[in-house]
Amino acid sequence: MVRTIITTIGSGLGLTLYSTATLADWTVNLTPGVTDVSRSVFDLHMTIFWICVAIALVVFGVMFWSIFHHRKSRGAQAHHFHENTLVEVIWTLIPIVILVAMAIPATATLVDMYDTDEAELDIQITGYQWKWRYDYLDHDLTFFSNLSTPREQISNEADKQEHYLLEVDRHLVLPVDTRIRFLLTSNDVIHSWWVPALAVKKDAIPGFINDAWTVINEPGIYRGQCAELCGKDHGFMPVVVEAVSRAEFQQWLADARAAEQAEAAAAERVWTLDELMQQGEQVYLRACAACHLPNGEGVPGAFPALKGSAITLGDVGAHIDIVLNGKSGTAMQAFRDQLSATELAAVITYERNAWGNSLGEAVSPAQIARLLQPATGEAEQ
Amino acid sequence: MSTLDTTMATETGGHHGPAKGIGRWLFTTNHKDIGSMYLWFSLLMFFLGGCMALMIRAELFQPGLQLVEPGFFNQMTTMHGLIMVFGAVMPAFVGLANWMVPMMIGAPDMALPRMNNWSFWILPFAFAMLVSTLFMDGGAPNFGWTFYAPLSTTYAPPSVTYFIFAVHMMGISSIMGAINIIATILNMRAPGMTMMKLPLFCWTWLITAFLLIAVMPVLAGVVTMMLMDIHFGTSFFDAAGGGDPVLFQHVFWFFGHPEVYIMILPAFGIISQIIPTFARKRLFGYASMVYATASIAILSFLVWAHHMFTVGLPLAGELFFMFATMLIAVPTGVKVFNWVATMFRGSMTFETPMLFALAFVVLFTIGGFSGLMLAIAPVDFQYHDTYFVVAHFHYVLVPGAVFAIMAGVYYWLPKWTGHMLNERMGRLHFWLSFIGVNVTFFPMHFIGLAGMPRRIPDYALQFADFNMVATLGAFLFGFSQLVFLWNVIACVRGGRKAEARAWEGAEGLEWEVASPAPYHTFATPPKLPESLR
Repeated sequence: MVRTIITTIGSGLGLTLYSTATLADWTVNLTPGVTDVSRSVFDLHMTIFWICVAIALVVFGVMFWSIFHHRKSRGAQAHHFHENTLVEVIWTLIPIVILVAMAIPATATLVDMYDTDEAELDIQITGYQWKWRYDYLDHDLTFFSNLSTPREQISNEADKQEHYLLEVDRHLVLPVDTRIRFLLTSNDVIHSWWVPALAVKKDAIPGFINDAWTVINEPGIYRGQCAELCGKDHGFMPVVVEAVSRAEFQQWLADARAAEQAEAAAAERVWTLDELMQQGEQVYLRACAACHLPNGEGVPGAFPALKGSAITLGDVGAHIDIVLNGKSGTAMQAFRDQLSATELAAVITYERNAWGNSLGEAVSPAQIARLLQPATGEAEQ
Repeated sequence: MSTLDTTMATETGGHHGPAKGIGRWLFTTNHKDIGSMYLWFSLLMFFLGGCMALMIRAELFQPGLQLVEPGFFNQMTTMHGLIMVFGAVMPAFVGLANWMVPMMIGAPDMALPRMNNWSFWILPFAFAMLVSTLFMDGGAPNFGWTFYAPLSTTYAPPSVTYFIFAVHMMGISSIMGAINIIATILNMRAPGMTMMKLPLFCWTWLITAFLLIAVMPVLAGVVTMMLMDIHFGTSFFDAAGGGDPVLFQHVFWFFGHPEVYIMILPAFGIISQIIPTFARKRLFGYASMVYATASIAILSFLVWAHHMFTVGLPLAGELFFMFATMLIAVPTGVKVFNWVATMFRGSMTFETPMLFALAFVVLFTIGGFSGLMLAIAPVDFQYHDTYFVVAHFHYVLVPGAVFAIMAGVYYWLPKWTGHMLNERMGRLHFWLSFIGVNVTFFPMHFIGLAGMPRRIPDYALQFADFNMVATLGAFLFGFSQLVFLWNVIACVRGGRKAEARAWEGAEGLEWEVASPAPYHTFATPPKLPESLR
């Protein structure tokens, strides 16, 4: 035990020295970002920082001057003044003037950020424990964005890659030079969607819709994280925005919709138990393992075990129901809109046949697709 | 002064000494006993909350999960915050008030001694209940010390109910303590001690006590609403039932912002006692200090939503709370300028209490600057919920409130124990703490600006270096506090005999009685010393 600690600290110190040499990692300041708003936020930040530095130099300067010159060991005699109305009035008024000087540009920037004019593209962002859902409102496209860092990296069994914890399976792809409005809400607890390079941070609140807007100036990949504590895996729900040219964006939209149709078609064919188990394991690790754990044993008192549970070994209808519709009043979400029919069938099959649960039966994607149908049908009528 | 001592001795006559055995502590109504119990309790909680902080920092030493699960990490951040705020800082100030307020105003005891006993003895039970949640199924509260709904209601572990009752008990204790301090200061001052002659520690505590009475019921209200949502089917904070999760934040921060001033105003008082003593010069601008404290207290009710700039307030709301928050810099600045002006042309020496007080002025002001930056709403969107905020509030709470408490303890220890502190050990404690606290919290400004959110158990690689530095600093700071414990125990057990006026430049009634202070002081009202007339 002691040896482990010493090794850890030793390697830690080693790493510290190593990084000092590279210096690249010692980021000390805010990013200026890639939007006009983020630049004016950055300028505001720097202005106020330097004002604070100037005040600090004056105040601490006088203080340390007194500490050095008016010390008893130097024979300083205490004077007897302890009041001066004029001085008091001056050092009340000067800060007020400085504050007004700060408030004027701050107000201008804030008014600009609150400009809620029409946007060319509306994106609805919904926070889930612990992933983001993106709806391209006028383009009939919806998907979830999950952390894609492998578990082995988090548990230190594999080397961490460059974008450790800041990488997702599907980026939010956005066009540059386009006025984009984000509409934010949440499915469960409060989350906060934050991309530093856009200077957009807004809470996603269940039952309410917040808005924010941006115009991205430069193509690139911009990474952020959930900023509001939202439960166990709050640290594991990053945001990745990929800004592309307007033409590339149109192409990407067409491709994404075609891929969705192919996915829907896949549900129609017959899947073998092995195929379902294979895909089911991947879906399980992505969507379920955060709470129920990779070994299906759950967390006593918080998240129930699936291994040997009454639901995974009981009536298949009840099992499908809880996965599709969730359980209200608990952290169990409704997965009907989060996963495709094939993924749902695969993960339910997996849960009924993994970790010593061995019912040997498969739930077919077509069966799930039929169950998903009525809800869609009603919406269309 | 010596005549005063003799009068005291003959009047108390020795037959009113402390009772024997455990009963002395259980049934005591003596402000000094109760003050000591508050202080020891707070030290215990400081170490408990500190161990949790070290667990947090150990996990954050390197990226990846090494020591704890994310769920347990959240329990640690939550319990660390709750224990430090309600268990360490607040009881320490109440302990100091118990010991010093009656002695400073020339009163024989607190106005309501039996209630005083009760307000202390509630605390061990409240915290036993809170800490016991760590051993429950589903674990301790894991929703942060700000316990935002619905994470703390619909999605909370079952132990949340125990947390709610623990908060209720702490609230009752605080309210009773506050009533006692107000009653004592308003009714029991020695003849001739007008309000504008009150020592500043008493003034700041008087104002703090009014804040406590105003906001503790709001806290009780918000946890009761949670209780109703969880167990009785209401929907205060549940949008699905017509409620509003943001309402929780408004009510919580209406308590929460005055609460942070509850943790700093008494610290201002302590510093305003110590700096004049060691500068051998009267406090500059006494009246403006009183007015500044009162203005800060009033403004504290008008700024709560600056904790909520990202929840989607309307523009007018953002602007109002931004301007009101910036305004707080004015009275706070006045206080800092007054302290510096007190030092100016004084005759300074640098004993341990003064070292802590000087560090307070510098480091609290740095926390004030980052507070001013956070007040700017458009920029706060970048700072909010990052380590920049963590750095800010730790700067005002650790080298702010905690350093002030330590300064106060070192300053008054001779009066309590009758022994002078071992200065070498005091200085050692100061320098280790000063270095530790800065190495811990200064890098957090950088990781926050670089984009690291708070309350996460694992982080991206670009935050690794400064996190490692912060963890090393945290362990240095944490273990240095053992020197503090050693110093206090050593001072209780022995040391150079302290005179009645333990420090050369000390003024005030508490320095007119013998050191250690007899069990009963001022059984008859004292005549004010020359400096107070």
